[in-house]
Amino acid sequence: MTDPVLHLSDIAYRWPGRAGFALSLPELSVAKGETVLLLGESGSGKSTLLSLICGTVTPDSGAVTVAGTQMTALSASKRDRFRAEHIGVIFQQFNLLPFGTVTDNIVLPLKFAPKRRKRVQSPLREAAQLCAALGLPDSIHTAKANTLSVGQQQRVAVARALIGHPPVIIADEPTSALDAGAQTSFLDLLFAQTAAHDTSLVMVSHDPRLGARFDRVIEMQDIVNVNRTAP
Amino acid sequence: MILRLAFASLWARVLTVGMTILAIALSVALFLGVEKVRTGAKASFADTISGTDLIVGARSGSVQLLLYSVFRIGNATNNVSWESYQEIAARPDVDWIVPISLGDSHRQFRVMGTTTAFFEHYKYRQGRALQTAQGTIMDDLFDAVIGADVAATLGYSVDDPIVVAHGLASFAEHKDQPFRVAGVLEKTGTPVDRTVIVSMEAIEAIHVDWRGGAQVPGQSTPIEEIRQMDLTPKAVTAALIGVESPLQTFSLQRAINEYRAEPLLAVLPGVALQELWAIVGIAETALLAVSGMVVVTALIGLMATIFSSLNERRREMAIFRAMGARPGFILSMLVLEAMITAALGAILGLAILYVGLVVLQPLLDSAFGLWLPIDAPTLRELWVILSVIAAGAIVSLIPALRAYRMSVADGMMVRT
Repeated sequence: MTDPVLHLSDIAYRWPGRAGFALSLPELSVAKGETVLLLGESGSGKSTLLSLICGTVTPDSGAVTVAGTQMTALSASKRDRFRAEHIGVIFQQFNLLPFGTVTDNIVLPLKFAPKRRKRVQSPLREAAQLCAALGLPDSIHTAKANTLSVGQQQRVAVARALIGHPPVIIADEPTSALDAGAQTSFLDLLFAQTAAHDTSLVMVSHDPRLGARFDRVIEMQDIVNVNRTAP
Repeated sequence: MILRLAFASLWARVLTVGMTILAIALSVALFLGVEKVRTGAKASFADTISGTDLIVGARSGSVQLLLYSVFRIGNATNNVSWESYQEIAARPDVDWIVPISLGDSHRQFRVMGTTTAFFEHYKYRQGRALQTAQGTIMDDLFDAVIGADVAATLGYSVDDPIVVAHGLASFAEHKDQPFRVAGVLEKTGTPVDRTVIVSMEAIEAIHVDWRGGAQVPGQSTPIEEIRQMDLTPKAVTAALIGVESPLQTFSLQRAINEYRAEPLLAVLPGVALQELWAIVGIAETALLAVSGMVVVTALIGLMATIFSSLNERRREMAIFRAMGARPGFILSMLVLEAMITAALGAILGLAILYVGLVVLQPLLDSAFGLWLPIDAPTLRELWVILSVIAAGAIVSLIPALRAYRMSVADGMMVRT
């Protein structure tokens, strides 16, 4: 088996300033091109886990390795740069800068990731191609993000996560704001794109019906221990 | 692209940002306007007299001499005797000399006795000479030339008779010798506008029947008799002097100040104006300080606007963070936006200033004799604008540092 794209081991984390919330995770490994669904109710530590993977928080102990680099050993600003280079992020909703155009939003991560920028020959053409692949009309490129429907916004967010082909895409309940029909077509497009570029996808959700489409489904409670003690 | 996003972000909040820009613009316009009026007033002040190298009067203070001889404010404590005047006039380094005799008034306006040389040598606003709007300068003994304000206030025109009063607020009028308006001068923006000018001899003539400040009872010399009399002045109040060569100014000044026959004082108008301005300068500094505070208030408004926008922009910051932006980027973006806001405000303020100048320039000139030139922005004004932008950056640091801390704590997950 090839080296995992994403590997977390012996993670222990305690929220600063918030007594009584601690999280530990013995191990989580995601292979290249693998799609993983993390299932859990709210409060199961999903958001914390995503923040740990993205490096906006660092564990008190343990190691997070992404694409062969141990993020936990990097300085805060190097982690920011590393995230920009290697991880595409899709939120639940409100993914976009409302005042920016669609194209502005899609090419934004390249601004912070020079290597990822180099992988893209022409950011504007790449953005247009991604829009086309995700079924967004050409006329949308110069539209302000806040004029788009929620479904369109989520697709723009996918295009932004995919541009420059980062090895890992992290998605935080990206379909929860969409109706059932839109959910299906959104996931179709997302999976088509991750499969085409052999991109690993880690998605968190509380909806077990999505599980069938993923390579692997992990229940949060099976890998993560969350301790809440009275403050 | 980041600059474009910053503009787009500002545009998305156009109403609040617009109000902030307007507040900064008005404060900058006020500040620059005060500065403009200040320098304009100073220049107008300095423009009151030009081309004159020395002012001579009886020994008093240099500011006092300047005030009564040029600005017609206050009174001379003493006169210069005609002999001393003649002696100075005869000096080889004196190119020209113009006597001034003050002490009488017409209504609320001062009467000044002088010679026709006054019209030739008195210059204002960088060497401009006096011009008559109507009529001519006096050539008869009982001719008077009046300033523009005198004519406008009292409704006089050429050939109107006027009666001169002795002293300044006195009812003792020299009724026996009425004057005729020979000419009305163009508006100059100097005290000349508020002056009635007659000849030196006329001043002597109206005092023929007066001794010690009062008319000799029963005595009234007929005009025809007066015309035959020797009306050589006995004294002058002050004199304006032009020297042959500027290099001689100081030696002539020293010679007059050390004049043995009588205590005299010679001052350089520019130096005396500087002294006077130093006194007036306190009020000017206070005005500038007040308008400076208005700019500070507008900048605090800018800071408040940024503070109040922070919460609604939390998600925007989280998006930037998720894209790999460092917290420092969030900080610099907010500072950049504040600088754009301050710059737009300052530039708009400059535009308001110029529009205001174009509109108010003729009004200020005719009402106060204050001429504000419309020039390209001075280096000093550009510095003011740069300072406002820099100050905008500095005040925005406080909310920006808060945003920095927020974005470190939030990471890419906003818990709302």
